[in-house]
Amino acid sequence: MNITEKILAKASDKKFVAPGEIVDTNVDVLMTHDLTGPLAVESFKKIGAEKVWNNQKVVVILDHQIPAESIKAAELHKTMRHFAKEQKLRIYDVGRGGICHQVMPEQGHVVPGAVIVGSDSHTCTYGAFGAFSTGIGSTEAAAVMATGKIWFKVPQSIKIVVNGKLSKYVTPKDLVLNIIGKLGVDGAIYKSTEFTGSTIHEMSIAGRMTLCNMAVEMGAKNGIIEPDNATKEYLQHRVNSLADFIVLKSDKDAQYEYTVEIDVSKLEPQIACPSSVDNVKPISEIGDIPIDQAFIGSCTNGRLEDLQLAAQIIKGKKIKEGVRALVIPASQEIYKEALAEGLIEIFTEAGAIFCGSACGPCLGGHIGLLAAGETCVSTSNRNFIGRMGSTQANVYLASPAVVAASALTGRITNPTTLEAKQ
Amino acid sequence: MESKIKAPTIKFGNNIDTDVILPGKYLILVDPYELGKHALESLDGEFVNKAKGGIVLIGGKNFGCGSSREQAPLALKYTGVKCVIAETFARIFYRNAINIGLPVIECAGISEAVKTGDDVSVDLETGKIQNLTNNKTLQGTNLPSFIMEILTDGGLIENLRKRMKKRNE
Repeated sequence: MNITEKILAKASDKKFVAPGEIVDTNVDVLMTHDLTGPLAVESFKKIGAEKVWNNQKVVVILDHQIPAESIKAAELHKTMRHFAKEQKLRIYDVGRGGICHQVMPEQGHVVPGAVIVGSDSHTCTYGAFGAFSTGIGSTEAAAVMATGKIWFKVPQSIKIVVNGKLSKYVTPKDLVLNIIGKLGVDGAIYKSTEFTGSTIHEMSIAGRMTLCNMAVEMGAKNGIIEPDNATKEYLQHRVNSLADFIVLKSDKDAQYEYTVEIDVSKLEPQIACPSSVDNVKPISEIGDIPIDQAFIGSCTNGRLEDLQLAAQIIKGKKIKEGVRALVIPASQEIYKEALAEGLIEIFTEAGAIFCGSACGPCLGGHIGLLAAGETCVSTSNRNFIGRMGSTQANVYLASPAVVAASALTGRITNPTTLEAKQ
Repeated sequence: MESKIKAPTIKFGNNIDTDVILPGKYLILVDPYELGKHALESLDGEFVNKAKGGIVLIGGKNFGCGSSREQAPLALKYTGVKCVIAETFARIFYRNAINIGLPVIECAGISEAVKTGDDVSVDLETGKIQNLTNNKTLQGTNLPSFIMEILTDGGLIENLRKRMKKRNE
């Protein structure tokens, strides 16, 4: 069996599972947030359940519309605070956490081998730690809260083997955009995507999170990477006990629907052009694209190393006149680290705005929205029509390095080209 | 829930994502009828009026991709969509639709066989789809019995209430 099959077998008390089989699975952790949580709470009450199946295993994180941008959002937050108090759940409130997919592993709610579901599509991020994690809807989240169980169809798996060394300013984001461009937005629909190879094993935890985070953008049920020493190093001071480490690996004879091999040594920065995440081109082929806004942040690319990379490019320079640059760290912890390292000063001196940790403009619900005819280059994960504001706006997805370089020049720019000119 | 549906269709293309089905800015609305007022508005400003009398929505590949927002199928259901038939679905949308009692059927070739305005009849028990306008018949994927049971109960909430009651008896 491969790692995904092993986790699903263990969680459904079976020795063996095969793709296509429907399994009734025990859930280790359920995560919900301020936009999908209230509907889950309503459904939970309608089911007639009084208590969640295990209050240590349900985590509430407010991140989408924070701080509340309207009275309606404030009411939703109130609903979640009340529910967390009533059920004695761990809640990460405004200023205490950040974006759910960063907070979950950061605060020790993710361990390898666990089954984690969340009422957010990017829940697949935790595959970076060797967990099986996937997004579900609000009503299903309510059912999990009531029962601690969920059904899954054991997915077919695609093995993505990545080798070679990424060039300077070419990042895991470029790799995952390249993969999505190759497989397509429905290329992994209903399936598991397992990332492996020397590039992955040498990749930082932050980079692995970026990869697994975007597995859903090709329709995947989950993205997963076998845990190793880097995983252990990241988690050991965050989880309750090392005994929680159940390190599962794919068998040598594990079955995959097919294998994709990628050599990244010649990969250049990749751009997902409007309005589909698989409309991916190497930066040298996109032509001259002037921008109005540059956004660095989100659960995809708001981690410390993303901010460090962007700051390294921006340091001592000015954001191009006419461009708005927004930087939003993925968590309060990252905010504090960015402050301590002087990154916030670099961004603000350059003319960027540095905001408190939240989802921000990524889903077009809160701050930093786009007007008709405007163009944004963003480190986030979706460029759908209307995703970040007006349906007449254009969103280009890129790495933090490309977004930083573009903020300086006012057009989508390869950081390597910019560096050569300086 | 009716197991046989007869209604005119409205057809969309591939990769209809949940952001166009229901933009993020409306996720703070809680009343499903309010959500329904904004269904698919960024693709067709008239969709809500067209769907009012009850329609079958036809999609291409990867219908409902993107966000896990259950408000997307809810908006469709409360705007008058009786059933969604697509070549393939994004998995979270598929589960969400079933869980809120909106029937979904996968059917290879549906986008070729149906055009907007055609009348179709759908048998949810058998997965048989008939285009009453051009007399073409297609076979959609049969839903497993436990999923059919969730739909028959009107969604996961009722289904679970029933199961929990049984367990307590």
